Parts: sequence; structure tokens; C-alpha cells
Amino acid sequence: MISSTLILVLVGLAVISSVAGVMGCYAFLRRRTLIGDAVSHAVLPGVAVGFMLSGTKDPFALLAGGLFFGYLAILSIDVIHRKSKLSEDTAIALVTTVYFALGSVLLSVVSSMENGQQAGLKNFLFGKAATLTELDVWVFAVAAILVIVAIIFFYKPFMLISFNKDFATAQGWKTNNYETLISLLTVLVITIGLQAVGVVLMSALLIAPAASARYWTNSLPKMMLIAGIFGIISGVGGGLLSLVGEDMPTGPWVVMILFFFTMITLLFAPKKGYFAIQKRTNSNERKINEENVLKILHQLGEIGKDSVTITEMLDKRRMDTTVLMKTIKALKSERQIEESGAKKIKLTEVGRVEAMRVVRLHRLWELYLTQQLKFKEDHIHGTAETIEHLITDELEEALLKELDYPDVDPHAKKIPY
Amino acid sequence: MWHLNDILNLTTALLIAWSCSLLGVFLVLRKMVMVGDAISHSVLPGIVIAYLVGSQTQSGFVMIGAAVFGVLTTIIIDFLYRKLKLQEDASIGLTFTWLFALGVLLISFFANGNVDLDQECVLFGELGLTFLDKIIINGRLYGTKSIATLLPAFLFVLVFVIRGFKGFQLNSFQSEFGLTKGINAGFWHFALMGMVSVVTVLSFESVGAILVVGFLVVPPATAYLLSNNLKKMHLLSLLIGTFNVVTGYLLALEFNVSISPTIITISGLVFFLTFLVKTLNFGKIKPIKTPVK
Repeated sequence: MISSTLILVLVGLAVISSVAGVMGCYAFLRRRTLIGDAVSHAVLPGVAVGFMLSGTKDPFALLAGGLFFGYLAILSIDVIHRKSKLSEDTAIALVTTVYFALGSVLLSVVSSMENGQQAGLKNFLFGKAATLTELDVWVFAVAAILVIVAIIFFYKPFMLISFNKDFATAQGWKTNNYETLISLLTVLVITIGLQAVGVVLMSALLIAPAASARYWTNSLPKMMLIAGIFGIISGVGGGLLSLVGEDMPTGPWVVMILFFFTMITLLFAPKKGYFAIQKRTNSNERKINEENVLKILHQLGEIGKDSVTITEMLDKRRMDTTVLMKTIKALKSERQIEESGAKKIKLTEVGRVEAMRVVRLHRLWELYLTQQLKFKEDHIHGTAETIEHLITDELEEALLKELDYPDVDPHAKKIPY
Repeated sequence: MWHLNDILNLTTALLIAWSCSLLGVFLVLRKMVMVGDAISHSVLPGIVIAYLVGSQTQSGFVMIGAAVFGVLTTIIIDFLYRKLKLQEDASIGLTFTWLFALGVLLISFFANGNVDLDQECVLFGELGLTFLDKIIINGRLYGTKSIATLLPAFLFVLVFVIRGFKGFQLNSFQSEFGLTKGINAGFWHFALMGMVSVVTVLSFESVGAILVVGFLVVPPATAYLLSNNLKKMHLLSLLIGTFNVVTGYLLALEFNVSISPTIITISGLVFFLTFLVKTLNFGKIKPIKTPVK
């Protein structure tokens, strides 16, 4: 089953996918991933012209033609976007289709010159990794080395441009030159990859690995490493999957794997994934709810009600009942409140200290707003409601000093210590 | 030299160009062209699935399947962008490459023999062959199947754009202001996207999924260079579209090359010339650039 052709194909896919993944990082960070899509369409006329001029499927002629038109496409998008009121996305779509159309026209000329070349177009779009030759793989390898050397050599300017071009310019880097270099390298990768994996896949390869990698790390080298590995896995996996049927295009299978992994990343990545963010939001919300409940209990305590029912609490402050019940349960397990008789609860010693802290912060802030910032008394409650959950111990200390350890707040309520 | 079949083909191309021009103006103004591009790729699985169910390229199934996937595309993009916090360009790119790949795989799975649907047909279409499906009743020629589906679609788009002009207009320029005027931005958004999907699908047999974007973008973009007035943009876009189609068709016949790519190439050329004259403008007033966001 494992023949030498298969190994050749898989190695080729792995190399091109990983290089595309790495270059995609720059495109992603510069928010220019769709330009990759444009370039991969715009290379078509180059392929056709290369074919017309050389008369054969000489890979180097096709490569030269592709590079030329791919780079021309990027320039066109840039000029249209900068020199007219058309938005960048309009420019991208326009250049994509017009170049592609031009390529199709040229190819139909080619195919009328010599029969049976239209098949080349189908491979161009979907890729047929099975037709990879040893020469192709060598070309991939050379390109990969070129890209890696360039990345190492120009690491700093490339990174600065990707994150903040204006800053790079201010630092004295010739950003336009380096941008051109990034564009050329991207076009190079796209052009050599197209024959093997097709337009659809090239676009996906520039986007998906980089997008996923971004969710796992904040460091550029790590991001590139992850994107590269991710590219290899998808390339090899897609290559193997496309063997399930005869005449299966490779590109779409790789895209499926890429999309699958990207979705998993977007959902489950630590810190930046959907669920991680949800969890953080929830825990923030829970903390605020707990502090609010403690505050209610303290306020009721001030009017002599130490142990209270749920209804009494809801009368004091409007709250969603289910949220209140959940919060009470959580506070009980944290031993901040305890049951006291039939369906009544009261603060424990721990809870009392915490409740006092929240109420104190609220009232200190109100006092600060009226005394120092000259707010009207009826305008202060709202912001105090929010900020009481955010003030740190350090800030509290500063407030106390600033206000000289006051006894009452603007509403003449006692500030608890 | 003017053969009846040419007139039929040309009519098909014109109907596509007109429908696309009308809708494309809104896409260009709303900076949503790439979403249109995405839709034109990602209706593919919808077409294939509907085709497998209905086994007719022009059946109602296909239209519904395509419209569903078109709207689904915008929903997925929105989900990735807003809920999963992926940056916008990547959200668009990821969505359409995935759906398109899915479509291609579905074709590869099911296209063995019994289904008459192949990748090239979907991607490029063959405008020159649309005349083959003639509708002849009692010996009289009434048109072709493509015309029979595209004409109602065009009329629908036309009526919709005229009737809903205000809604589209507000939604294109200031959706917040539209909201205060009681105009439902969501409705107009999905109406536009739904129509883009349907027109894309109806066109794909004749011009293919990639080039239909050219019909959607290039004439409206050219018109936008020439005018800032929405109505004028529509009229200009229709005119330019018509010119491109007729010129492209004639040239393609003359030089015996594929028709729809030639039309788009001509469109690109017209855009390029307009751009040169208007924008680089040889020293005249520079256009005011509206800041993005």
C-alpha cells in the first residue's frame, strides 16, 4: 500500500502546507488573508502566458509567469484601494475575477492551439497531488528553505510590519521594501503550491493554520511553529483521505481537516477560545452577584434584620430569583452565609467581613465622587454600583487616606470598618 | 452573422449582467463584496445537495438549496466574527473555502455516472451552450430555459430594488440612521444576501461561480468611480454592464475564445480605463476617501 509515489506525494503536501501555514501568519496578522485568495486566482494568466511562451509545461516558465501576475495583482489591489474611493474588499474581488477571467481567456487560446490542455485548468483549481513529481517536491523544498532563511534573516522588520507598520516606519525601517518582500514570498509559495493543491486549498492554507495558531499563543515564532505543524498534519491527513476514492481531488480534503481543527481551536483553545471566554465572563458575573447578595444582607442588617427570607431580600433589591437562589447556594458552600431557622439565612463571620468591605467600597466611592470630583448626590449611585466590584485593596487604602477615614457617606449612612 | 442562437445567448448574458449590476451596487457600497464572493463559492454544496434531491439543475430545489446556503454563509461568517472573535477577513475566507471544498467533495462522491454535474460546468459554465435548451411550444420559439429562469429573477430583483429602494439606500449608507427611521436592517441585509445567492445560482450554469462575482463587482465599481448618486450608479452600472456583455460576446465570437471570461476581461479593461481617466485624473480633484470605520 505504501508506495514510493505515495511517500513522495505526502512529503510534497507536508512541505507546501507547512510553508503556506508559516507565511499565512504574516498575512493573518496584517489582516490580508483574502489577498492570498486573490493572488491564487490571479496567478492563472501567468500560468497561461508561461505556457504560451515556453510551449510546454515547463514548471519554471509557469512559475515565472505566476510570480509576475501574482505580484501584479497585489499591486493592482493596492493602487485601486489607495487611489480611489473603492474599498479594499471591492478591489480584491475585482482584481480576483478580472485576472482569473483573463487567465481563462488565455487558456482557451492555449487549448485551441493544442488540444487537451484544458485539464491543466482543472488541476489548477483543485490540485491533483497524485501527479506530483520528484522535481516538484524539490522545488517545494527549495522554496521552503528560501522562505525560512528570509524569515530568520528579516525576522525583526517582518515582525514589526505584521504587528504595527506605523511603528516600524517610525523606527526607521524601510517598510515598503520589506512589505514587497513579504508579498513576493507569499506569491512564490502560492504559485508553486497551486499546481499541487489548487486554488481553494491555497487560500485555506494561508488562513486556517495561522488563525488557529493565533488562538494558542501570543508569540510570533511559536505561532509560526504551530501553524507549520498544523499545516503538515492537515496536508498529510488530507492526502491520505483523498485516497478513499478514485479521482478524488486532494485540496478539498485538506480543507476539511483544516476547518475541523480550526473550529476546535476557536471553541476550545485556552484563554482565547469561545468556552474559555465564556467561563471567564461567567466567573466575573458570579463574583458580582455574590458581592451584591452580601451587600443586601449587610444593608438589611443595618435596619436590624440579621436573619432574613428570600422575599425580604428581593424587596430590598430587584434580582432575578433563579440567579439569587444560585448565588445563595454558592455563598453557602463558601461558608459566607448560613441557614438560620426556617427558610431564613444570615451572614457568617467571614461573610460579614466581606459584606462590610463591599459596602465600604461603595460608600467610599460615593463620598469620593461628591467631595473630590464634585458630583451631584443623585448622580453617584450608578457608578459606585459598578466600581465597588473592581476596587483593589491598594486603591481602597488610597481612597481612605484621601478622604481621611470618613465615618459617613453623602447619604449620611455609616461607612463600616 | 447574427444567428438566432447568439441572440438567445446574449439575452441570457444581459439578464445576468443586469441582475448582478443592480445588486452589486449595494454590495460595493456596503463594503460587502467579499461576502458576495464568499456566497458565490459557498452555494455550491447547496446546489449539489438540491441537485441530488431534485435531479434537475434548474429546479426549484436548486434555488432553495442555494438560497439556504447563501444565507447560511452570512450566518457562519457572522458567527465566526462576532461570537468566536475571529478577525473578519479570516472569517470570510475560512467559511467559503470550507463550503466550497465541501461542494467539490460532494460532487466527487456523487458525480459518478448518474449525476450530470461536473466541476468545470459549475465553475465556468458555458454561455455559448445555453441556447441548446430551447422552449418550443406549438412550433414557436419562446426562449431558452436559462432565459425562462433568469427573466423572472431579473424582474423580481428589479421590482425589489425599486420598491425597497429606501430601505436599501438607508441600509447602504447609514444603517444606524435607518434603524431610527424604523427600517429593519436585518431584513434588508438578508434580503440582499438571499437575492445575491439566488442570482448567483441561476447564473452559475452560464457563467460559473467565480466569474459571476465579476458581474457583481466590476460594473458597479466602475459606476461608483463615476458617480456618488445611488440612482445614477444603478443606471451607469446597467449601461456599463450592457456594453461589457455585448462587446465581450462579439470579441469572443470573433476570436473563438470562451465567452464569459472575455466579458469579464472586457469589464476589467473598461474599469481600468475609467480608473485611469477618473482617479489618476491627470491632476484634477482627488476623491475624498471615506474612512473605514
